[in-house]
Amino acid sequence: MKVRIDDQRCEGHGRCYGIAPQLFQPDDLGDGKVVGDGTVAPELEHSARLAVDNCPEQAIVIEGG
Amino acid sequence: MGLHEPVEDWTTDFDHTDDAYVADPFGIWDELRTECPVAHTERYGGAWLPTRHEDISAIAYDTERFTSRSVVMSEFRAPFELAPQGIAPPISSDPPYHKGARRLLLPAFAPQAVDQLEASTRAYCHELIDSLRGLDVVDAAEGYAQHIPVRVIANMLGVPEGDGDLFRGFVNHVLEGVDKPMEERAMGMAAIFDYLKAQIDDHVENPRDDLISYLLASEMDGAPLDHFHVGRTIALLLIAGIDTTWSAIGASLWHLAGHADDRKRLVAEPELLPTAMEEFLRAYAPVTMARLVREDIDFNGCPMKKDDFVLLPFPAANRDPEAFDRPDEVIIDREVNRHAAFGLGIHRCAGSHLARMELRVALEVWLESFPDFELADPAAVRWSGGQVRGPRTLPIRIL
Repeated sequence: MKVRIDDQRCEGHGRCYGIAPQLFQPDDLGDGKVVGDGTVAPELEHSARLAVDNCPEQAIVIEGG
Repeated sequence: MGLHEPVEDWTTDFDHTDDAYVADPFGIWDELRTECPVAHTERYGGAWLPTRHEDISAIAYDTERFTSRSVVMSEFRAPFELAPQGIAPPISSDPPYHKGARRLLLPAFAPQAVDQLEASTRAYCHELIDSLRGLDVVDAAEGYAQHIPVRVIANMLGVPEGDGDLFRGFVNHVLEGVDKPMEERAMGMAAIFDYLKAQIDDHVENPRDDLISYLLASEMDGAPLDHFHVGRTIALLLIAGIDTTWSAIGASLWHLAGHADDRKRLVAEPELLPTAMEEFLRAYAPVTMARLVREDIDFNGCPMKKDDFVLLPFPAANRDPEAFDRPDEVIIDREVNRHAAFGLGIHRCAGSHLARMELRVALEVWLESFPDFELADPAAVRWSGGQVRGPRTLPIRIL
């Protein structure tokens, strides 16, 4: 599983890096950025899905999950 | 129909300052959502009230047909001449100007910057708690919640924290005085800008490490920000940062005072607080924004006229059963919670990270200090009216 943020949709609510800081971190403006290449370790798959389900802008995409 | 005659028909004559709406808007939204999802009123020069999540988000995203020139609904509409900045940039700015004006502010309100303010915020919350110790009944709104955002934003901006009463007066005037005559509103605004002009002049003379000096040294499109822009942005930060967070802290304490099971669980499981906080933000979202209709349009069959106001009640979106499971229940361990308390789209509350930090710290310090408490007199709780909803009188008995 991999996660990706659609930069066009992200408005910097920060729910993703609040819920799953191992997978997402804020940039200097508070927008979410994926850590590394976005690969999700199996034990973080639940957190990844929660980040997707809590993003108010629906800006997070899961690929191959 | 004049302002403040009691509302009899919410579908054709709504008024967000009506006593019934102030006391309990939830039932009104629920009824409208099923009967008339976009209500109308002739009050305030013509306005609309969508109540479904789908419509509220569609309007928030549609910056073409809906302008942010005025975001607080009253008889007053900000003049076109103020564009593209608008009355208080960036909240009142539309694309493309909006992006640059907002970008200036975002680093100061990003999580990394907010982290630096946590220790001082916590110390201040402890100071407030110490001033309440020994009392049987305390007003958690007046004696606690209201002071926290005032102190934090005053320090960030670099204005005297002792001017707190003045700021609260300004905020009250702007947000709750929407039913006052236009002349009175204009005079109140002039007082705010006179005060801020003196603060700006002082910062020009004596630059220091704060947000006012930062804005004075900032450039947009290769030119320094003019003092007009700086003053308007500072006014925004003062106004937007105080009532809103005060309301969120107060509403959360109000909930916990009335729900012993939730309170006991949070005291026992403090690690649940970040999740519970999102649920308080969803269920008691304080802020309703507004837009103006740019040109005559048809929105889902509603003939919206140029310069009609449209309210965006994000708290109503957060209670829409189409978007949330069991929306009227407060479930403090709700894991899936895509709430819109901080708005949606390009105007997402720029201070949301700061607000969350203040709310979390305020609740942590309160619960550590006063784990047992209850509403002293539920009937005495008074909620603010207008576009920011939160308890303004909140008598709590410390057990």
